[in-house]
Amino acid sequence: MKVHEYQGRALFREFGIPCPPDVVVNTPDDARQAAADFAEPVVVKAQVLVGGRGKAGGVKLAQTPDEAAEKAEAILALTIKDLPVEKVMIAPAADILKEYYVGLTLDRGARAIILMVSSAGGVDIEELAVTEPEKILKMHIQPADGIDEAALTDLLTQAFEREPLITQARETVHNLLRLFLEKDCSLVEINPYALITEDELSALDSKINFDDNGTFKHPDIEALRNDEEYSADELEARRVGLSFVSMDGDIGCIVNGAGLAMATMDLIKHFGGEPANFLDVGGSSNPEKVLNALRIILNNPRVKAILINIFGGITRCDDIANGLLMATQQIDIPVPMVIRLIGTNDAEGREILVKAGLTSSENLTEAVQAVVKQA
Amino acid sequence: MSILVNDQTRVLVQGITGRDGSFHAKSMRADGTNIVGGVTPGKGGTDVEGMPVYNSVKECMDATDANCAVIFVPAKFAMAAVRESTDAGMPLVICITEGVPVNEMIDMYAYTREKGVTLIGPNCPGLISPGQCKVGIMPAKIHQEGNIGVISRSGTLTYEVVYSLSCANMGQSTCVGIGGDPIVGTGYIDLLERFEADPGTDGVVLIGEIGGDEEENAAAYIAKHMKKPVVAFICGRTAPPGKRMGHAGAIISGGKGTPEAKIAAFNAAGVDVADLPDEIPGMLQSKLNN
Repeated sequence: MKVHEYQGRALFREFGIPCPPDVVVNTPDDARQAAADFAEPVVVKAQVLVGGRGKAGGVKLAQTPDEAAEKAEAILALTIKDLPVEKVMIAPAADILKEYYVGLTLDRGARAIILMVSSAGGVDIEELAVTEPEKILKMHIQPADGIDEAALTDLLTQAFEREPLITQARETVHNLLRLFLEKDCSLVEINPYALITEDELSALDSKINFDDNGTFKHPDIEALRNDEEYSADELEARRVGLSFVSMDGDIGCIVNGAGLAMATMDLIKHFGGEPANFLDVGGSSNPEKVLNALRIILNNPRVKAILINIFGGITRCDDIANGLLMATQQIDIPVPMVIRLIGTNDAEGREILVKAGLTSSENLTEAVQAVVKQA
Repeated sequence: MSILVNDQTRVLVQGITGRDGSFHAKSMRADGTNIVGGVTPGKGGTDVEGMPVYNSVKECMDATDANCAVIFVPAKFAMAAVRESTDAGMPLVICITEGVPVNEMIDMYAYTREKGVTLIGPNCPGLISPGQCKVGIMPAKIHQEGNIGVISRSGTLTYEVVYSLSCANMGQSTCVGIGGDPIVGTGYIDLLERFEADPGTDGVVLIGEIGGDEEENAAAYIAKHMKKPVVAFICGRTAPPGKRMGHAGAIISGGKGTPEAKIAAFNAAGVDVADLPDEIPGMLQSKLNN
């Protein structure tokens, strides 16, 4: 789960990381007012859940309140990487003497958290990671062991060179790690972590992602969830407990299990079709879930055919068949369905389908070829 | 022969009185697994259809000599359950539970390694040595006794592949679902090593997916250390970057974890990669014949 910069900045402040104040607005008039309240030059920043805002024209300086209104109007009219800008953040414009970078994320391979620090922060950090990776200093952290202070001192001395910056950065790293662990983050970045006076570092931007498996522990974080991160169909799927991702194709898919769902999409593509979605109905096979899944898939006007692929384990094929039966009685299904059922209670499932006038196959490859033909 | 579990495995079920725990305890027993008991704090002294319930793993181990624990408790308590088994000296722990926060798993990975416990999962279907022991949730009837090892990050996709193998009369020594999370207790390499050493295994099928670089590392290991043939399958070739495809670990981020990189790594290691699940038996058979 992603959050906006302003939401991340609020968390930075909550965890004692120095970060200038800000106000979020959605009209030019409110932008003018916010700038007037700050009574100094401000920066106007698009709040969208993607990177590269600056390069897309979504970050502008304004010397006066009127200019702030003007810039806000221009930015609110932008669409950045397909996302319309609905909110802008107004914050006092800092004098940036130098830009550093500080980030924490999961290193899967090392089964540890990795701290990344660079004295070359700013908008080109991702490029830097590729072209000059040695400019990003790294250190692993095992949460149970805490931070190796000696190693951290070495790393920060290399990046920040002098006091009081080293001490400030040390405090920030500790606070950032506390935030990362207490709120179950998967990524926390300060970029730029800026030198705003000769001896003062400040977090001028935030990027925080949360582990979707951890948000259940944190109602405050769950409350930050932004609907615009998801398509309308993805939101509806979330509400009814289905794992769903929208895609660009025209073949709707209902599958049990994430791996099989991915493989089913791959097979569709392999045989020349394009999947319209990823959908995992999950392990329990409540017939209602099948009905909901079909409903969500049929929301998408591009869908020309539907493939249902069930390999029953915990999921029982007769439950799935009952769900399909229920769906044919309750909703109009204007496109062809290809059904593949195998595994637990498949004979019973097939019998239910036959009575409903639906046919099913046992073989996945054949089913995929059939649905591609019909789409 | 097999790896990790066999007909000597004595299984205890953590969370045996819960909905999933009781259902699968009965199902495992029906499939021939020796379920010696279960654990639910506060319900010691009761039983689930004749399977005795204990208050703690320690109590259950003392009474039954259980040597394998399988965990069906909710995500909130799953890592505490792994810790309890680890502290009680259980050598093999299988965590079926999905939805475990990854930061908790970082700690538990380190802890179980330090204590010498083999942890499988979390977020996995478990493992089965057909005809000997099933510790997990897979449908036993699609399996067949034989000499092929299977390692997979997925559940139902594994059933698909196992079904193809069984239809081709290629039975399995052991099938292990390692789990779909970014960090799991036991990875590909540990299991490849065990299969290479197992006289009952002639060849291995490795079912991977997008995300992380475990498949690449496995490929490098195979090139260097494995004599037995390995055939791979990678799912998620159509997945858009930045979107989590169900499994917490199945995400392409920052240009990492792409299917292309994984397929290239396997090809470079001399491992054939199947495009379709039902191509796997034929590809493996032709390698076994050579």
